[in-house]
Amino acid sequence: MDNILSIVTFIPALAAAVMALLMRGEDEAAQRNAKYVALLATTITFLVSLFIYFGFDAANTGFQFVEEAEWIFGLKYKMGVDGISVLFVLLTTFVMPLTILASWNVSTRVKEYMIAFLVLETLMLGVFMALDLVLFYMFFEAGLIPMFLIIGIWGGKERIYASFKFFLYTFFGSVLMLVAMVAMYFDAGTTDITRLLVHEFSYTSFDVLGIHVLGGMQTLLFLAFFASFAVKMPMWPVHTWLPDAHVQAPTAGSVVLAAILLKMGGYGFLRFSLPMFPIGSEVMTDIILWMSAIAIVYTSLVAMVQEDMKKLIAYSSVAHMGFVTMGIFAANQQGVDGAIFQMLSHGFISAALFLCVGVIYDRMHTRDIDAYGGLVIRMPAYALVFMFFTMGNVGLPGTSGFIGEFLTLMGVFQVNTWVALVATSGVIFSACYALWLYRRVVFGDLIKESLKAIQDMNAREKWIFAPLVAMTLLLGVYPSVVTDVIGPSTEALVSSVNTAVADAGFLAEAAEVNVAATNSH
Amino acid sequence: METTLLFAPLVGAVICGFGHKIIGEKAAMWTATGLLFLTALLSWITFLSFDGETRIIEIFRWIESGSLSTSWEIRLDRLTAIMLIVISTVSALVHLYSFGYMDHDPQWKDGESYKPRFFAYLSFFTFAMLMLVTSNNLVQMFFGWEGVGVASYLLIGFYYRKPTAGAAAMKAFIVNRVGDFGFALGIFALFLLTDSINLGDVFAATPQLAETSVHFLWTEWNAADLIAFLLFVGAMGKSAQLFLHTWLPDAMEGPTPVSALIHAATMVTAGVFLVCRMSPLMEVAPEATAFITVVGATTAFFAATVGLVQTDIKRVIAYSTCSQLGYMFVAAGVGMYSAAMFHLFTHAFFKAMLFLGAGSVIHAMHHEQDMMNYGGLRKKIPYTFAAMMIGTLAITGVGIPLTHIGFAGFLSKDAIIESAYAGGSSYGFWMLVIAAAMTSFYSWRLIFLTFYGKPRGDKHTHDHAHESPMVMLIPLGVLALGAVFSGMLWYNSFFGHADKVGKFYGIPVAEASAGHGATDAHGAADVSHGADDSHGAADDSHAVAQSDHGDAAAHGDAGDHHYAFAGAPGEGALYIAPDNHVLDDAHAAPAWVKVSPFIAMLLGLGLAILFYIVNPELPKRLSQQQRPLYLFLKNKWYFDELYNVVFVKPALAIGKFFWKKGDGKTIDGFLNGIAMGVVPFFTRLAGRAQSGYIFTYAFYMVLGIAALVTWMSIGGGSH
Repeated sequence: MDNILSIVTFIPALAAAVMALLMRGEDEAAQRNAKYVALLATTITFLVSLFIYFGFDAANTGFQFVEEAEWIFGLKYKMGVDGISVLFVLLTTFVMPLTILASWNVSTRVKEYMIAFLVLETLMLGVFMALDLVLFYMFFEAGLIPMFLIIGIWGGKERIYASFKFFLYTFFGSVLMLVAMVAMYFDAGTTDITRLLVHEFSYTSFDVLGIHVLGGMQTLLFLAFFASFAVKMPMWPVHTWLPDAHVQAPTAGSVVLAAILLKMGGYGFLRFSLPMFPIGSEVMTDIILWMSAIAIVYTSLVAMVQEDMKKLIAYSSVAHMGFVTMGIFAANQQGVDGAIFQMLSHGFISAALFLCVGVIYDRMHTRDIDAYGGLVIRMPAYALVFMFFTMGNVGLPGTSGFIGEFLTLMGVFQVNTWVALVATSGVIFSACYALWLYRRVVFGDLIKESLKAIQDMNAREKWIFAPLVAMTLLLGVYPSVVTDVIGPSTEALVSSVNTAVADAGFLAEAAEVNVAATNSH
Repeated sequence: METTLLFAPLVGAVICGFGHKIIGEKAAMWTATGLLFLTALLSWITFLSFDGETRIIEIFRWIESGSLSTSWEIRLDRLTAIMLIVISTVSALVHLYSFGYMDHDPQWKDGESYKPRFFAYLSFFTFAMLMLVTSNNLVQMFFGWEGVGVASYLLIGFYYRKPTAGAAAMKAFIVNRVGDFGFALGIFALFLLTDSINLGDVFAATPQLAETSVHFLWTEWNAADLIAFLLFVGAMGKSAQLFLHTWLPDAMEGPTPVSALIHAATMVTAGVFLVCRMSPLMEVAPEATAFITVVGATTAFFAATVGLVQTDIKRVIAYSTCSQLGYMFVAAGVGMYSAAMFHLFTHAFFKAMLFLGAGSVIHAMHHEQDMMNYGGLRKKIPYTFAAMMIGTLAITGVGIPLTHIGFAGFLSKDAIIESAYAGGSSYGFWMLVIAAAMTSFYSWRLIFLTFYGKPRGDKHTHDHAHESPMVMLIPLGVLALGAVFSGMLWYNSFFGHADKVGKFYGIPVAEASAGHGATDAHGAADVSHGADDSHGAADDSHAVAQSDHGDAAAHGDAGDHHYAFAGAPGEGALYIAPDNHVLDDAHAAPAWVKVSPFIAMLLGLGLAILFYIVNPELPKRLSQQQRPLYLFLKNKWYFDELYNVVFVKPALAIGKFFWKKGDGKTIDGFLNGIAMGVVPFFTRLAGRAQSGYIFTYAFYMVLGIAALVTWMSIGGGSH
């Protein structure tokens, strides 16, 4: 199977096409068929993607399963995975069948709904595999559209506002990225990512409009990419689209958004920003580390005072993504390993938390924390699952949430102890908001009339959570399943970045500039 | 064997928690209890057959990233072995006791299944605690550390209907997290400086750490002091030391067996264990250990003062625990880790017994916990009374002064007070002596209010007060044995001559030359005991000391001066630096020092008799006369109120401010300003979306993007 990556990528799209062309009708049978086709397609995608995992040679730090073909307008179709991207592919294929299962109760425009998710899966997989700049950009941007539709059509009351906020935010970022991509092409003469990775972009400082640009071209390119990825992450202070999008999105939309779409920003930093513009990264490191630390504390505090369950979890997601950006730009092995780990772990835990909200939203049709209380009395299984993922969310050792936080913090401690101190305080705040949420929803006596007849999770719901519980535990207890795969690649990445920074003798230049600046005063 | 004893409680927890519907409640609970007794049996075998040689058993790999490499491992040395028997014994007995105590709990409605859940939590706790003490690296310890935190959270919040239980559970977890924050930073700093967090590597690196300075936050620090301090912050949280103690009294919301197991005997001692475990580091961190001593001594004093006026029987014991933990930290702080472990060991027995005894009283009194409603229960529940009496004799330190005959607390507490004196901490010494007097007062007060005098409170409850069933009395009996004998039996191992202590912990002991021992090993204390101690005759009396050491009274002879602790950091379970002579100096402390805790105990007892037997009106009068002081103590020095004003309310206010003003006004306001120009475009799109044209739009968007990219790329290519 030389083209296994393409097979995995396009199975969902193919299924979507079949559904669009062949399936008709809005009756119950048609709806059921749509669900089963989608479930089947995503499950097959997952099973086939396992071949990628088992066929992957972790010791090889280059791209594997590479496919290359000529495409329209002289563009190239090139796909491949390395240690950094392969697990994101697996995460995507793993989460999607659960997402479909979680949508079993959707009753309006079921076929279109399933098509949107299937197309979305193809586009997301493409992002993680594309090895050509243009191809990457297309997957990256096009992914917005199905998500935009999912929120806009199947969302809550203020879905239009939320979906446009989401769209504009992310689209604005990508315009800058597009300009940067064109500039890169001018500079390197290729759009092939493997070649861009070894191309050295100029880092001679220059002045633009009287502003001294330290790191020159690299810094500017970095900033342009940063605009796009920071929004996607999302980083503070461009995070405000996320809570709105989550609140308005249907449960499955939130799951995909949190579990996979947010990871594209982090993946982008690791694929482009850090290796291609090491000097630009170096210039920006301090600012980004501080933005991350602020994100962790700021959004945790905001999460504490939320009244809407989904908003609370959305803010908590922003805080967790703060650990990711912090780890990436600590630019050492622990930091980068931790960042990837944190993204994967967040993929399982945040997905599960949004599903937890979905379970009771399906029953009560409200996300108001105040509308609940004492659920443990009627829903013990739910209380257990929710407790488990709450603990995962606060980074309890033994769950995957711990490993990511621990490694990223360990990484950043080696770079900047102040940032480490502020970020580590996040472990206190996360306990505050997560346990406060849990206490208000699950503990206490069940006194609200409306909750007296609420039913515990059914078999379908339990089966959705089972794989997530298993993964959260597995990664927490035996993280080698991840670190063995990503380790060699992150090591290569970190050492190439460090070499580039050292070769440039960049810090010396920065120091000179500082001296010059102080002298001139 | 070690792996079996470690995982048996986890298996029990899983079977009991998830399998009780299949195998039945009773079977599930007995499975968990049976596995715990198995663990206890294996622990005792391990402890008694342990030869002092540190062993490491790898289970499988854990976190690996670059040069960071950790595994799930069992480190078996004396320190681990001591903790193993403490944890497994108390836990097994608490499991057994819970069969009686948790039967027909009035908190639950008929038909509600709560017992298997309770047993599962207890077993899970035990597993986490065992992981903590057997760890060979700091992350696994952190795993156990937070694992016991979760178990504690679940058990404090066990009565989930009660809002106070939920609040207390949350508070316990969060305050502990503040400690964990320091612990985590300590681990990071260790990795930064030693490139490893495995205990062996860290111990080996401690001599360098002492010489290293590290930039942390705004300034340079001594590496050893900084790391020791950060780790101690973790210990402060877990062991409820001053400033991070507020969760422990509230934790009494949990069922009483939980208080005995977690909040008296095991989990709260984890901080003491951590400090002892890191003894190679502590030995080279003089400033951090001085801080530990001060915090410990202050906590011992503070908690004892609050304990004086509490009326909830469990809260009195909780503050007592807090205070006793302070004692242990003083011992560790002055470098007498073995004395800290000694008190940890004996305290586990008598404090668990006091709690279980209190549980028995509460059980008898139909879940009444206010001592003001007790009185005269001596005849009603005689076995419980006997057990509580033994516990009180142990905690107040009753024994024959200047000998080694007495209840467990007599030996271990006096060991600490002598160490504090010998360690040169006069603040620590005096605080502990004063606290000893107060300990005696509040402990006897508890006994007098509960068992003596006339019955107060509800008459019906008193009439129906009944002795607890056998499953509850047996654990009390077993613990009573520990409370009476554990001090005398193990005195020499923990606090005897250096050679015995060295052998116990597997620390190499060198036979110091007589001259060297005299000048180097004794320093200031030399003068005071020079008279009865002939250094010249040291070599001869050595043989005497060896044959005599079984006799506790032989202590104080010249014999102990022949040996000094040797060996490198990491050899043996504890490291005692060559210049640490606290053990010898403590043995040589003047008689008034050795007698002072006993006098303090008598003083407390006398006052308690005066207040609660002779003149029961006195306490009320005094509390009215000294109203402000009384309220200050009654309200626990107003720590909760202070924290609420300083931390909780501002955090919520800032959160609200960031949300409404930061996210809302500033960020979204800014964006909306920009977006104003395209609002009409918005509305048109919105209209379309609702009328179902959105797919068309999506299609155009895809085309548009594709066209844009293609055009730019081709344009670029032709350039």
